[in-house]
Amino acid sequence: MRIIVDFDLCQSHGLCTEAAPELFQIRDDGFLYVLNETPGKELAGKAQKAAIECPTGAITLKDD
Amino acid sequence: MDTVVVVGASLAGLRCCEALRRRGYSGKLVLVGEEAHKPYDRPPLSKQVLCGEWEPARTEFRRKEGYAPLALELQLGRRALALHAQARRVVLDDGKELAYDGLVIATGARARTLRGSEALSGVFTLRTLDDALQLRVALLQQPRVVVVGAGFIGLEVASACRKLDVAVTVVESMALPLDNPLGSAVGQAVQRLHEAHGVSFRLGVGVAALEGHGRVEHVRLSDGTAVPADVVVVGIGVTPNTAWLEGSGVAVGDGVLCDPTLATSVPGVVAAGDVVRWENPLFGESMRVEHWSNAVEQGQAAAARLLAGPTGGEPFSSLPYFWSDQYDLKLQFAGRVRADDELVLVEGTLADRNYVALYGRAGKLRGVLASNRPQQLLRYRKLLSEQASFDAALNAARPSAGP
Repeated sequence: MRIIVDFDLCQSHGLCTEAAPELFQIRDDGFLYVLNETPGKELAGKAQKAAIECPTGAITLKDD
Repeated sequence: MDTVVVVGASLAGLRCCEALRRRGYSGKLVLVGEEAHKPYDRPPLSKQVLCGEWEPARTEFRRKEGYAPLALELQLGRRALALHAQARRVVLDDGKELAYDGLVIATGARARTLRGSEALSGVFTLRTLDDALQLRVALLQQPRVVVVGAGFIGLEVASACRKLDVAVTVVESMALPLDNPLGSAVGQAVQRLHEAHGVSFRLGVGVAALEGHGRVEHVRLSDGTAVPADVVVVGIGVTPNTAWLEGSGVAVGDGVLCDPTLATSVPGVVAAGDVVRWENPLFGESMRVEHWSNAVEQGQAAAARLLAGPTGGEPFSSLPYFWSDQYDLKLQFAGRVRADDELVLVEGTLADRNYVALYGRAGKLRGVLASNRPQQLLRYRKLLSEQASFDAALNAARPSAGP
């Protein structure tokens, strides 16, 4: 799976960091960082939760 | 279960349909929506759509993936008129009846209006995409705008008006904008921001009537004065859409009354979104939550609840969260507060609009407001989810002030 974030849409709500702290982080600069763009299957559920709960629809998941 | 009907084709209803399919439900799935539009996102309406920064189509959900993967029967432009719970049928406004095994009520809420203003043109509410597009057309004529209600929708409309260089006056019966939810200090800061952008306020005074001949001409205030208006935008809250459930056996009372698992009083019927009233275990109080994230979470939880059968399901617990964009200000709020909660500014200053404020009541942390500090909100969200004490939250805010 590949995580694609549209940083034009991202507004740093940070809900993805709660859904999948292994994959997303908001740093002190207020911007979102993707910690792992190609997570394994074990994180697929969390990545999906992050994408669903993103208020700006900035997160897209692509299957390999 | 062979047929699920979801009434309400907005965020909660759509997320419910998606969750049903993700969870393996393969039967017939019908999504009924009153509006002619496919499900779309509402937060941009008072911001990007009103300002003309976005084409309306950009608000549509599932633009890329479409609806084929969901195998939905979309019934758009159709309103549910009645529910026959015994027979498990929903009556639509074209006379058709939809039989169901499982029903999801996601009919949301509608904008409140001012009584007596129905006959006047130039009076708007902002709830739907059509509302936003009609208001946008009106704003392009450079009218004098009066916004009734200094809540979030009213202030976002005021912000959009100033972006479009339209003159706007905000009328509010409370003494300050946003006073009720967020407290007077925050209200004052928000008022100053709007005034710096050229918004006029008439505070602490109610609206007596909207007056005009065919078109609205001015807003008569309760102190007898009149504010000239070519356009009036009424932003005084919403009413949950439950009238169609009258006589159905589904218990209502400022919303559809749900048990902790989002099941209604009628077997096989669950609910999700703005229309739901339930006791939120996280706060131990009955609430209705009119926020984006709640619709997403409840839509999914209602799907799980429906598939769990008559006695299944888990309590739905949620931390209410919303945000508001006005000018360069991003307000983010998590929790549940009242006007009389204690407010402590823990970071930054109100004057530079870059701050974090905590709200406490009865020794508990009840809410956090972050202004232009998205990265700071998250740690307090965590404390709210853990039902932290107010002292613990204040201590966490001042890590260097230990013994």
